[in-house]
Amino acid sequence: MAKPKVSSDWLAGCAGCHMSLLDMDERIIKVAELVDLRATPITDLKEPDASGVDVGVLEGGINNTTNEEVVKTMRKRCKVLVALGDCAVFGGVPALRNFFTIEESLRRAYVETESTDSEGKIPDDPELCHPTRVRALSEVVPVDVFVPGCPPDADVIFYVLAELAQGRVPVLKDDLLHWH
Amino acid sequence: MGTQKITIEPVTRIEGHAKVTIHMKDDGSVEHAYLHVNEFRGFEKFCEGRLYFEMPSITPRICGICPVSHHLASAKAGDVLQGTPPPRPASLLRELMHMGQVIQSHGMHFFELAGPDLLLGFDADPAIRNVVGLIGANAPLTLQAVNLRKFGQEIIRITGGRRIHPNFAVPGGVNKALHPKERDEILQGLDQAIATIQTAIQIMKGWAEANQEVINRFAVFSTGYFGLVTPQNSLELYDGDIRLVDAAGKQLEKFNDQKYLDYIAEHVESWSYLKFPYYKKMGWPQGVYRVGPLGRLNASDQLDTPLANAEFKLFRAIGNGRPVEHTLYYHYARLIEALFAAEKVRVLLDDPDILSTDILNTHKDYRGEGVGVLEAPRGTLFHHYWADETGKLTRVNLIVATGHNNWAMSNAVDSVAKTYVKGPNVTEGMLNRVEAAIRAYDPCLSCSTHAIGQMPIEVEFIDPQGNCIQTVSRG
Repeated sequence: MAKPKVSSDWLAGCAGCHMSLLDMDERIIKVAELVDLRATPITDLKEPDASGVDVGVLEGGINNTTNEEVVKTMRKRCKVLVALGDCAVFGGVPALRNFFTIEESLRRAYVETESTDSEGKIPDDPELCHPTRVRALSEVVPVDVFVPGCPPDADVIFYVLAELAQGRVPVLKDDLLHWH
Repeated sequence: MGTQKITIEPVTRIEGHAKVTIHMKDDGSVEHAYLHVNEFRGFEKFCEGRLYFEMPSITPRICGICPVSHHLASAKAGDVLQGTPPPRPASLLRELMHMGQVIQSHGMHFFELAGPDLLLGFDADPAIRNVVGLIGANAPLTLQAVNLRKFGQEIIRITGGRRIHPNFAVPGGVNKALHPKERDEILQGLDQAIATIQTAIQIMKGWAEANQEVINRFAVFSTGYFGLVTPQNSLELYDGDIRLVDAAGKQLEKFNDQKYLDYIAEHVESWSYLKFPYYKKMGWPQGVYRVGPLGRLNASDQLDTPLANAEFKLFRAIGNGRPVEHTLYYHYARLIEALFAAEKVRVLLDDPDILSTDILNTHKDYRGEGVGVLEAPRGTLFHHYWADETGKLTRVNLIVATGHNNWAMSNAVDSVAKTYVKGPNVTEGMLNRVEAAIRAYDPCLSCSTHAIGQMPIEVEFIDPQGNCIQTVSRG
């Protein structure tokens, strides 16, 4: 059997879930044996293979138009979509922004902050994405596996990847849902 | 065919989200290249209304690679805000946790993020130019690298309960003393960690020797340099005055961190969500400076640990009495700092106060405003809070490590693109060098876009009418 292809990306989060993945330490070598790591933030392929991947893993919620595109592309190209960590599962800390308008948040950052000089303005180049309301992945696309935690433990991530690599759907309960 | 634009999206093996656009001239040379940091999160706004003592838990979520920086800077701001300077043992313990972070972050960057370029080559097949490729090329070395990161992460876990987003520092001190067994557990792994860092330094020096020409033409330019120092102008990572030196290495300023607003300001460009800090007295953009490993070593006169200081002298000799300007020497500087941090772990663990239980100052002298500053792995981090009499935050200002390097990264991208990218047949290896210019600074774009969050790469060629003629992406 060919190794299952796995692709991942990070959205509106902090990269901590990917760091927790690295926290499986020497087991990362085991994971590299079990799966074919395709486009991820720590590899150099830029997006999930057009021909599809078996597992797509996304960290972070959706807080701008670029994130929306990334999520939709990943959903289209992966068989099983994993929401990794609290931000992907329900929005997490970045979703606190939803208590304010986007305009208010942008003004604070780029105009009002005490260290910003008098020429501060909200960046608006067409190259840039537009901030949106912060959403969990499941508010935008169907999600197959939810892995909560901020971040989820390395043991949990290892279990999830190992199960998926062997063609099983991971079931998270008891110790695997333990909050440290 | 007129002006073309190449877009690299996403930029990989960096933290966060960015893209690069390279605007080309008719003759296939580069007109200008831009680094767009493409995410905005808004911590400065949405922390308003939270209680100041929640901030050491909230702000680490700015960045999962260096959460300890935000955790500690936040607690330091809280120390000042509620008027509780921490007892000495608490400061030592915070510094210990911080050294764990510097070791894991710097170690991971060298091996897992930048290493594939140095060890496998800028032009290696992008499908294997990553940490898995490194495992294939040199499994024992990769395992050593994994264990170095583990050593740093375990220091964080032992002090703060967990490796990522620990719960340890509070305004006024820390919430847990160090048990002698825990001290011994850390000490047990220290020699191996130092040996691994020394191996990395040898690899880096070997690479530098073999690639001298690359280093000398790869984004070499003048700026000021900025970082915390001890009273004797030695490198300092946890607490000290801020020193700014000019392009010749002459001291421009040395100031108390609470006064940062008198010295630095931030400029905004419409094409990036990441702001551009600069030295106020010189103005924008003359007052730009660099932070992080290269910036700090250029702003220091010596290091206070023997092995790292010996290496520091070799490093500074490169500049021949002046600061070292080469972007690629960030990698060397980063490893020297990792060595310093590892030696510092021993100094801290040998201090009799490290096992003390006098770890919290509860005698408040509430002021309602505080600044917390330290050297995050990527540069100087500022947290500034204002709270009302109930402790609710009314304003929050953050200047994050990577931000200080925004001008330098942008300039490095432009410089490397002009040196290496030639149309019409643009290769993946050319574009990877542009990304490598960014990687050298080890940007943390989630941090810098606390404010922001994502860094991807794709290249578009645009004609003079603005139509996209060709898109080159990796994937």
